[in-house]
Amino acid sequence: MRKGLVAALVVLALGAGSGHARAQSDADTLKGIEKYREALADDNPADLWEARGAELWAARRGPKSSSLAQCDLGKGPGVVKGAYAELPRYFADADRVMDLETRLLHCMVALQGFSAAEATRRTFGNGGSRSDFEALSAFVAAQSKGAKMNVSLEHPKERAAYLLGEQMFFYRGGPHDFACATCHGESNKRIRLQDLPNLTDAKDAQRAYTAWPAYRVSQGELRTMQWRLNDCFRQQRFPQLKFASDTSIALTVFLAHNANGGVFSAPTVKR
Amino acid sequence: MADPMRIRASMQGDKVLVRVLMSHEMETGQRKDESGSVVPAHFIQSVSAVHNGKTVLSAEWGPAVSKNPFLQFQFAGGKLGDKIQIIWTDNKGDTRTDEATVS
Repeated sequence: MRKGLVAALVVLALGAGSGHARAQSDADTLKGIEKYREALADDNPADLWEARGAELWAARRGPKSSSLAQCDLGKGPGVVKGAYAELPRYFADADRVMDLETRLLHCMVALQGFSAAEATRRTFGNGGSRSDFEALSAFVAAQSKGAKMNVSLEHPKERAAYLLGEQMFFYRGGPHDFACATCHGESNKRIRLQDLPNLTDAKDAQRAYTAWPAYRVSQGELRTMQWRLNDCFRQQRFPQLKFASDTSIALTVFLAHNANGGVFSAPTVKR
Repeated sequence: MADPMRIRASMQGDKVLVRVLMSHEMETGQRKDESGSVVPAHFIQSVSAVHNGKTVLSAEWGPAVSKNPFLQFQFAGGKLGDKIQIIWTDNKGDTRTDEATVS
């Protein structure tokens, strides 16, 4: 009996020791990954999308041969600086809460005369087939670099969107009974070498949300929040998330508001 | 006409540090698309950097270089206000030339 107790204590002590060693190497791994990210951030290929976005913003296009220069992103017609940090928000002219991509779609239709079908023909780029939304998002996001996230919930529709987003975040569904919270509801978790931010924790939420849109090295493309949510749905084996849908906007409101106070740093570089 | 390059050139001590971000698919010719047919090779084959009429860097690239290549190099003999030209040519014969000022 006593031998067993001593053996058990020894096992416990060894277990605790190796746990500490594992925690140390986890921290070193994280440091290594951070260094890699810093090295990549120099001359981020997202700059190429940003430059194309700036051109698209100013170019006269569509049946109305008009530019997007008068598009109101929430801070007044044509005001791009700081706009991303306050999105999503309620827009009276559409009587709807909109995130950036939904608002861009609105302006493409209202100002440039494109049909919604034409404008959304290519929402996510793929090699030679480019997406105007990705380029424009990179451009608009870059103009909010350094600004603090400041998403308001004053309007009742903004509050409703937040609550719907929260509900969606915790909603388990699909063939794997997945919710966003399954991966993103606990701290200090990772999948293989990708650390998972706990999106219900303020600091993690700030760090995660302010890094999108981002150049995804593995995709070779600049990806946006609409893409990120669409891909989460794919990973959860949910039905495809519709571009600029109420669900996508509601989830974005939930995530963006949780990130309030965080300093916006997008476009960044990611794996 | 291919997308413009982003070139930044700055003085680092007595050398000029040049950083170039090129926009190019850099398709290796090894990949296959959804229908199983090979995606044709399309990559930059030669790069040269010209300063005051003199070639300060020339490179021969192959399919091993990744998409949207980033090139960084230093050279001596340049000063503030000088112009640097970067020229690339790919295997399809497309070419692109962009210029930057040392600042």
